[in-house]
Amino acid sequence: MADENEHEEYDSDEEVEMTAADVLLKLEEAWLNEKFAPELLESKSDLVECMLEQIQQMEENLTRCKKGDFRIIIHRMELDRIKYIITSYLRIRLSKIEKFVHHNLEKELNREDSESSKLSNEEFVYAKQYADNLESHLKSVAIKHMPPNLQNFDKDKTAPRPNLESYIFLKVTEDQEGVMVEEETDEHENEIINLEKGAQHIMRYKPISKLVENGSVSLI
Amino acid sequence: MAKMFGEKALELIRELHRSSEGTLPPYNDDTLRQVLEEMRALYEENQKDVGATVAGEQGLFAGVQFRHASLERNKRCLLAYLYNRIQRIRTMRWEFGIALPKDIKENLSEQEVLWFNKYSKGLGDYMKSIGDAGLDLTQDMQPPKSLYIEVRCLVDVGEFETEDGTIILLKKNSQHFLRRSQCEHLIRQGIMEHIV
Repeated sequence: MADENEHEEYDSDEEVEMTAADVLLKLEEAWLNEKFAPELLESKSDLVECMLEQIQQMEENLTRCKKGDFRIIIHRMELDRIKYIITSYLRIRLSKIEKFVHHNLEKELNREDSESSKLSNEEFVYAKQYADNLESHLKSVAIKHMPPNLQNFDKDKTAPRPNLESYIFLKVTEDQEGVMVEEETDEHENEIINLEKGAQHIMRYKPISKLVENGSVSLI
Repeated sequence: MAKMFGEKALELIRELHRSSEGTLPPYNDDTLRQVLEEMRALYEENQKDVGATVAGEQGLFAGVQFRHASLERNKRCLLAYLYNRIQRIRTMRWEFGIALPKDIKENLSEQEVLWFNKYSKGLGDYMKSIGDAGLDLTQDMQPPKSLYIEVRCLVDVGEFETEDGTIILLKKNSQHFLRRSQCEHLIRQGIMEHIV
């Protein structure tokens, strides 16, 4: 890939050196996870920003290259591909934010300080204005004209919520023991399985949502 | 004349259900008003019955319950109708950009146009806030297959300056071999077509 353009990049949270190739790999993983997960996942805006900076650097380098150099075409293709991944990732997030806007805002307002936010700052601003726009539209066009006892717009009851029971394919990236897949009920006992690295499974999203978050499985 | 309560509201739902994905039938203000009118009438009947019950009359509760259920159903249908229209209009922002084609815009109500403009603005603000210089998310909607593509110009546009400074004359039916990223929005607007 971008052999000449690899350089060290510091991940500000953990002081770990990551090359541009590493960042891209992590971004690809985040993109696929986001695509297949039924709910909004944690925002990886640091990866996005880092990659955008890389792209800018690479584009500057390319303008300085001799025109007609064959490698320019290859590099430009790579840049186009990376841009596609970034925009697709952000688009998928936006569509989930819009679809489940009330659910996401509610979660954000109710979360503990220790939990991290699923929405980046900019996404939060976007979600708020989208929710307000939608609500004021519905209210001004219909609800306002309805009889007084129906004027409450109960968002908790009417808001769409992500289906956490939907089935997803996953690939195990780190060995996991004792994952509880089904809880104990009168009909059957706890179903506990062990996940082996490299194995692929299809199962409900809900039991493994935490594993997606910490990176021990990735969705495919 | 409606034979049962909620019939008109159901008409609205059917209208949307029948129309194909991606199209938007004209905003049915008439039927919407009729549903609101039905709701008003139902409510007034209920007010009367509630008053009579308080005054001692018996046997009215079932009627009140029934009318209330119809009211709730009407409300649900109306909100579903409006919400689903909004979803289709939202898709159009991503397909057509900020300026909607005239024949589509005709089918939107005034408030829907207002919603669309606010949505566009919110989206624009968000895109500008990404990274240092902003990022246009309505570009690069498909995975790139090649760097350059053949395009044919469908209308006379005039001079067009490409990224590296060369000026191209875009005349109707002229063909060009251009960077995909530069043509993308022109293709979406219908000014050019991609020759496969």
